[in-house]
Amino acid sequence: MSNTYQSFMDRRNEIMKKSVGLDYNKYEYKGIGFDYELLMNDQGYDLEKIIEIQSANMVGNTPLVELKNITKYARKYSKPGFGARIFLKDEAANLSGSFKARRAALSVHQAKKLGYKGVIAATSGNYGAAVAALAAKAGLKCIIVQECFDSRNISQPEILEKARKCEAYGAEVVQLSVGPELFYTFLKLLDETGYFNASLYSPYGIKGIETLGHEIAEEVMNKEGKYPEAVVITNAGGGNLTGTARGLKDAGAVDTKIIAASVRLNGLHMASDTDFNKKSFTTGHTGFGIPFSTYPDRSDVPRSAGRPMRYMDSYVTVNQGSVFFMTETLALLEGMERGPAGNTSLAAAFSLAKTMREDEIIVVQETEYTGAGKHLLPQLSFAKKNGIELLFGNPQEEVPGKNIIFPLNGGLLVHKELVMDDLRKSYLKRYKDTDLTDEDYQFLCDELSIDIDKVKSLL
Amino acid sequence: MIDKGRYVRIRRTLLKPEDRSSNLPEETKLVPYKMWVKGYLQEDSDLFDIVDVKTTTGRIETGRLKEASPAYKTNYGDFVDEALKLRDIILGDYYE
Repeated sequence: MSNTYQSFMDRRNEIMKKSVGLDYNKYEYKGIGFDYELLMNDQGYDLEKIIEIQSANMVGNTPLVELKNITKYARKYSKPGFGARIFLKDEAANLSGSFKARRAALSVHQAKKLGYKGVIAATSGNYGAAVAALAAKAGLKCIIVQECFDSRNISQPEILEKARKCEAYGAEVVQLSVGPELFYTFLKLLDETGYFNASLYSPYGIKGIETLGHEIAEEVMNKEGKYPEAVVITNAGGGNLTGTARGLKDAGAVDTKIIAASVRLNGLHMASDTDFNKKSFTTGHTGFGIPFSTYPDRSDVPRSAGRPMRYMDSYVTVNQGSVFFMTETLALLEGMERGPAGNTSLAAAFSLAKTMREDEIIVVQETEYTGAGKHLLPQLSFAKKNGIELLFGNPQEEVPGKNIIFPLNGGLLVHKELVMDDLRKSYLKRYKDTDLTDEDYQFLCDELSIDIDKVKSLL
Repeated sequence: MIDKGRYVRIRRTLLKPEDRSSNLPEETKLVPYKMWVKGYLQEDSDLFDIVDVKTTTGRIETGRLKEASPAYKTNYGDFVDEALKLRDIILGDYYE
């Protein structure tokens, strides 16, 4: 391995510290843990302040709509008395077109407050557009680093669209070929420019989403006189789930079930040059969702503020064909044309609603913008060009990388549930040879939302 | 020739296959790790020359000149027959 590569990786902590303006050592315990609540609450952003910053930036207060036609459709395939009411938070209405603007608003505000000249974020997703838009509004420079091309120089249409959108806001986009060395380029750019690391995983990146949980809790309470029974949240890096759940609980919706949902991409390796363009979803999938849940500190900051296992009640997956099916359903039955990746939780909710009573409420907490590249048609066309078969039938038989199976009817759109204890075991496996103190055990209980006997038995 | 000052796209190999991270799938280990950036050309050059560009944030990057006046090429893709069938299935299923 080259010296340049290794020398930058060795300076990782020093570069990170300078670029987030935050000393993570302050929050570390002696053993394996750290003071998560202090990290979250120590940055000078309470709910009122966050709302003030977001409102001034055209972020938040998005419409909550009841999807009456989609609910009716789910009831067609439910037992009598079943088929929960499905509500949707139209996050595409945020500046830059997704809930990611909530996260970017705080990161960019913090960068400006600390006197940085610019911001950098590593993302091929909507977060890039969000950081670019907010940076434009704040008068800061912006660089977005994307994993973009395979070795044939071919990119997912969705990622190319996001590059265009970032450039529309005046940002510089650095595009890379497939591989985890993206982190090396990211560090080099932070070191070269002295810009702020607008990490998705900083406390700002997560606290910004708490307003989303608050809005859902309060709006449903105001309209229906109760908190929703369940909220479905697309899970990738864990921040969306963490922030939304914290907001819900803080607002009083402590009994609302927090359900994670990801697109099922088992069998495809996230660092594989050849698998890269065989998937139809570049985020919101199990390839990020599972590893980031079971090891949140794999992120680009020393301690991720996104810690989904603390809040998750269950974790479900849906196949790619089902998400495309619901994207089309949302347009055809509700008149809402939105981006496919943002409809992952909608597909899960359609299936989950069938298992819930008809007086219960399930909330889908996001949508995202759509456009050329980032749309069902170019994504399916791209899949076909990459040898993926498009089939109709039972979506449970889909093989990621080989085919996409659309459900032949709404009754066949069924989620799969992951076993929570398997996820917890994956989380715990790196501690199986560690001598754990009482403080360590307490940290693991908090991390996994289980009691100490359960931690010991899983270990 | 491409004039100095044109907006262009360059590509540079950042790591050769042998210099890449050790923790990679086989197929990724075999290929170089590359970067693409856009910027203003600093000298008159020809396509495929090694050139300097100034990016929108004012950084200077070096790489092989791949394209002048790079256009956005994202669109709605080719006609997809299955997308129409999907519409028919949903509408038929809901309204039947």
